[in-house]
Amino acid sequence: MSRHLFYGCLLSEIKVPMQSGMAIKLTDVSKRFGAVRANDKVSLSVEAGTIHGIVGENGAGKSTLMSILYGFYQYDSGTTEVFGKDHYFNNSREALAAGIGMVHQHFMLVDPFTVLENVMLGNEGGKLLKEGREQARTELTRLADEYGLSVDVNARVSSLSVGHQQRVEILKALYRGAKILILDEPTGVLTPQETTELFRILNALKDQGVTIILITHKLQEIMAITDNVSVMRAGKMVAHRKTSETSKEDIAELMVGRKVLLQVDKDESVTGKPLISVKNLTVKDAQGIERVKNVSFDVKAGEVVGIAGVSGNGQSELLEALSGITKIDEGSIEINGSLLTRKQPISPSKMRDIGLAHVPEDRHRMGMVNSFAAYESSALGYHNDEAYNGRFLMSRQKVKEYCGKLMDAFDVRPRDPNLKSANFSGGNQQKLILAREIERNPDILLVGQPTRGVDIGAIEFIHKRIIEMRDAGKAVLLVSVELEEIISVSDRVLVMCDGYISGEVSAAEADEKTLGLMMTNTDAAANLEEVVS
Amino acid sequence: MNDWFTIFILTLDATMRVSTPLILAALAGLFSERSGVVDISLEGKMLAGAFAAAAVASIAGSAWIGLLAAIAVSIVLALLHGFACITHRGNQVVSGVAINILAAGLTMVLGLHWFKQGGQTPRLDNEARFLSLDLPGAQAVADVPYLGKIYEELISGHNILVYVAFLMVPFTYWVVYKTRFGLRLRAVGENPNAVDTAGISVVKIRYLAVICTGILCGIAGAYISTAHNAQFVRDMTAGQGFIALAALIFGKWRPFQVLFACLLFGFLDALAVRLQGVSLPGIGEIPVQFIEALPYLLTVILLAGFIGKAVAPKASGIPYVKER
Amino acid sequence: MSQGSHEMPFWMDAILLPFLNIVTAFAATAVIFLAIGVDPVEATQILLFGAFGYEEGIGYTLFFTTNFIFTGLAVAVAFHAGLFNIGGEGQAYIGGLGAGMLCLFLGQWLPGLLVIPLAIVAAALFGAAWAYIPAYLQAYRGSHIVITTIMFNFLASSLMVYLMVDVLKEDGQQSPQSAEFAESSWLYSMHDFLAIFGVEIEASPLNLSIFLALLAAVFVWIFIWHTRWGYEIRTIGSNATAGVYAGIKPARVIVLSMCISGALAGMVGVNEVMGVHHRLMLDFHVGYGFAGIAVALMGRNHPVGIILAALLFGVLYQGGAELAFEMSNINRDIVVVMQGLVILFSGALEFMYRPWLMRMYLAISGRGDKQEVAA
Repeated sequence: MSRHLFYGCLLSEIKVPMQSGMAIKLTDVSKRFGAVRANDKVSLSVEAGTIHGIVGENGAGKSTLMSILYGFYQYDSGTTEVFGKDHYFNNSREALAAGIGMVHQHFMLVDPFTVLENVMLGNEGGKLLKEGREQARTELTRLADEYGLSVDVNARVSSLSVGHQQRVEILKALYRGAKILILDEPTGVLTPQETTELFRILNALKDQGVTIILITHKLQEIMAITDNVSVMRAGKMVAHRKTSETSKEDIAELMVGRKVLLQVDKDESVTGKPLISVKNLTVKDAQGIERVKNVSFDVKAGEVVGIAGVSGNGQSELLEALSGITKIDEGSIEINGSLLTRKQPISPSKMRDIGLAHVPEDRHRMGMVNSFAAYESSALGYHNDEAYNGRFLMSRQKVKEYCGKLMDAFDVRPRDPNLKSANFSGGNQQKLILAREIERNPDILLVGQPTRGVDIGAIEFIHKRIIEMRDAGKAVLLVSVELEEIISVSDRVLVMCDGYISGEVSAAEADEKTLGLMMTNTDAAANLEEVVS
Repeated sequence: MNDWFTIFILTLDATMRVSTPLILAALAGLFSERSGVVDISLEGKMLAGAFAAAAVASIAGSAWIGLLAAIAVSIVLALLHGFACITHRGNQVVSGVAINILAAGLTMVLGLHWFKQGGQTPRLDNEARFLSLDLPGAQAVADVPYLGKIYEELISGHNILVYVAFLMVPFTYWVVYKTRFGLRLRAVGENPNAVDTAGISVVKIRYLAVICTGILCGIAGAYISTAHNAQFVRDMTAGQGFIALAALIFGKWRPFQVLFACLLFGFLDALAVRLQGVSLPGIGEIPVQFIEALPYLLTVILLAGFIGKAVAPKASGIPYVKER
Repeated sequence: MSQGSHEMPFWMDAILLPFLNIVTAFAATAVIFLAIGVDPVEATQILLFGAFGYEEGIGYTLFFTTNFIFTGLAVAVAFHAGLFNIGGEGQAYIGGLGAGMLCLFLGQWLPGLLVIPLAIVAAALFGAAWAYIPAYLQAYRGSHIVITTIMFNFLASSLMVYLMVDVLKEDGQQSPQSAEFAESSWLYSMHDFLAIFGVEIEASPLNLSIFLALLAAVFVWIFIWHTRWGYEIRTIGSNATAGVYAGIKPARVIVLSMCISGALAGMVGVNEVMGVHHRLMLDFHVGYGFAGIAVALMGRNHPVGIILAALLFGVLYQGGAELAFEMSNINRDIVVVMQGLVILFSGALEFMYRPWLMRMYLAISGRGDKQEVAA
């Protein structure tokens, strides 16, 4: 075992862990951020020498839990045992000393540094770098060989591929003597090939006795590599399973949770001509990673098309491309007869002019300005409207009056246009944004996560409004991670997975099981299963 | 021919003297900015240091005690900057502006109170100043053509702080690139999260960095008032702190390139003095102000990415808050 | 987690906190007074007398106030767009150059009614142009506006020295200043102006520019809060992502707000060059640009606040001069110290008391919370 004991360092001695027993045992750990309960009495046991998956939707509290385990955050109540010993980590150094290493979702690497410098940071082995450098190099090379993590020790991190940067993160943890390795969404930034390679490495680590905790929201990964899996939802731990005794569907259900079935009354849809027509659309993010991959679909007048999928699979980028916010890379989008291509972008304000309204997914980041009064947020995107403006002046009175009308129409409470936007409840903020976008009678409505953080009463109201839009002959594209919502509101459901559209069903055929399978159905996933099994 | 050579050597000699405070201040800025703390108050710290050095040297009669005072005062201002920017996560630019203005005002107010000379300090005797040192054999080789001149005029005959400044460049290089502290300093300016997750205190590293800034700015200030001049007068740093800032950017936050930038800017200054009223064949008279403005102009052009790219440490200017 | 997760009531954030900051700055000033053996109370009395005690003093106070209103507004407009315009010094200087050159070259040919508005426009345009370049470089080339505007302050200085020494200097003069403008291009001083209506006041540098400053304040108020362009500026300054969603182009907002900011700073030139000196000279602008930062910070970037803060600084400037005159052991630089302390405590250490206030507030309102839980 001693071979993967870290090389002499400032950390306290670690006892070589026993091969069996619990590596980690958390009991009733709670953590609040202000009013938010990020973790609510979470308990977790991780067997030593296994790969343990933790799944949950975004915001379920996985990352917070791991940050606690890693000593980055301090919990409010509960207990932690590592290899049978009680611990309370005041900082990352203490967690490291207890043998816990973490590979963050956003790498904690210094880009202009070499691999060696990154690994040495915090463990330099003396006041002068040369004192520890050669030993570090030897140790690093040894670790790299042992686990098949080949990487050029002298290369600058910024010149490495994302997959190799991740290896550096893993090496960093191992170098510091990690016996327990936490990986937070490790495959989010990887290509399928890199993912395969990562899983090979993780299996190798496991064979050497390292305990691995894998945080992810991708079910195929859980099935492909873990021994046990724990499911989190809304800050709570809802289930623990042996991977061999469970199924994707089972876990998907646990993740999403059974919700009150929301019944939406609606008639058959009467569809007209397509108002949104997307052909072979590809969108890259700022880092140049493809987020939407060769996607084609239509949305016709008089129908609601729902896009289902676990969040982070390209839906956000799709919405931003459709609304003109981000440039597209390939393919074309036709909106109400206007063609958008890479060379011929259409600005968000032009989009509004041609009849497209957009309720963004994240209202705080995009949908409104928190520090603005409600009436100011109610003009966002429409501030050039003739109704508000004279030749030079913008009439606050008119904006307020119109805001008052919006508030009446959508029952926004309190009905006070002067109140700061941030001081409304989530549901009322959302209703105001919907009112802003819907009341101008657009031909096309894009809606992202319309009911996120919204109370039940408002949900029903919002759904009704969306159906009304459809009945009025508008084209509605609904993006939501809530399957219930997708199923009950949409006429047709597309499923996005890893940037692709991985399936399409009519609302009548759609149920959670079918959708859940489609949501996890990628070629990459198929590859994985082959490789691992 | 020999005349031209002499003029050339003398200009270079002047360059060294003019560059010295720039080098010290720019290296001071390097420590702070490499740790992610933007510091536009190099000027203010230098000014306060110059005042402290001249004031204390005139009372104590020792340039060395004056130097210590300059360093102490400059460190206090640096810690104030740290208190505002590191502890309270205040706006680094606003804090820098405050310190510059505070230093400009306080030096005059205290100077008047202590010395009753309208804000100036008394002229220093030679014992209370850093005087030129003749290196061994300088006189002996003075007559050797060229090389002798170079040794006597250019290399010998400066005060100790000039040598300190030039030695500070390799020293800074060594600290920043060869020591544990330097590794952590550079890391904290690029990605403080990486440092925090490695179990090192971001706050501590940044405070150490601004203290280094304080020390070097103090030396620069002492040089201006007790070596280059013999008293403190109003606004005597005259924007050199900002030229140093420009040199820091121009040198892309690297010690030897910063030295080069300081020498270039110092040379331009020395040249401006020498070219005053001189008509160059074929060009005519170059306005002195144009040459004086060149450092600023070059820095603007560099920042706009027209000649190479100056990329600041990634985390500079951003207060560190643990992310969720 | 951001500090915003707990909200303090509006009045604590907007009134109590700034008030505590100012009190701290003044307390620190008092300590400095004591350190140099001056009785702070006596000093305050002299200062207030100098600022308000006699007509000429009031004139000076309002004259300085005029400059501070201009530079305070300039900094505020940029702040609303999320930008830090530290180049007010240079913009004021170049603005004066614009006004001065127009008066110098056209003053003798055109009637005052034409020259004066043209010169004011020239000041605005020159100031705006000096801000445009850093703005453009920030918007389209990504160079940091703080550094560029600092550099532009020095470039303005060099340019002015060159022009005053080599180009615009009056023939036969020793000092670097231009010829005097034709009288038609002088801005009425307040005492001359009021004399038209038969009101006699003591002579002071106060001139009609103060009305221009008040107009500028009204303009900024209307522009920022009552036009779509102001709406765009505030949106980008508060939440750039939401701005992009709304179809606003950040680069255009950067350029627009900086040009307005520069034009406002350039107005200092009108007050100084056309109102008082009636000729171009060196260093008429010194210190006002930086003081504008303090004024904007204190005035919370609102024109009303800025006018009040500018008045406070006008009082400090004029009162400080009186203080230096009356007391041999103090000089005008005490005002600079105060200014530095205001920027330090109202700006850099803006939130120093926040955690402490927060705890106080929670301790008081916290009881309510517990009851809620219990119930």
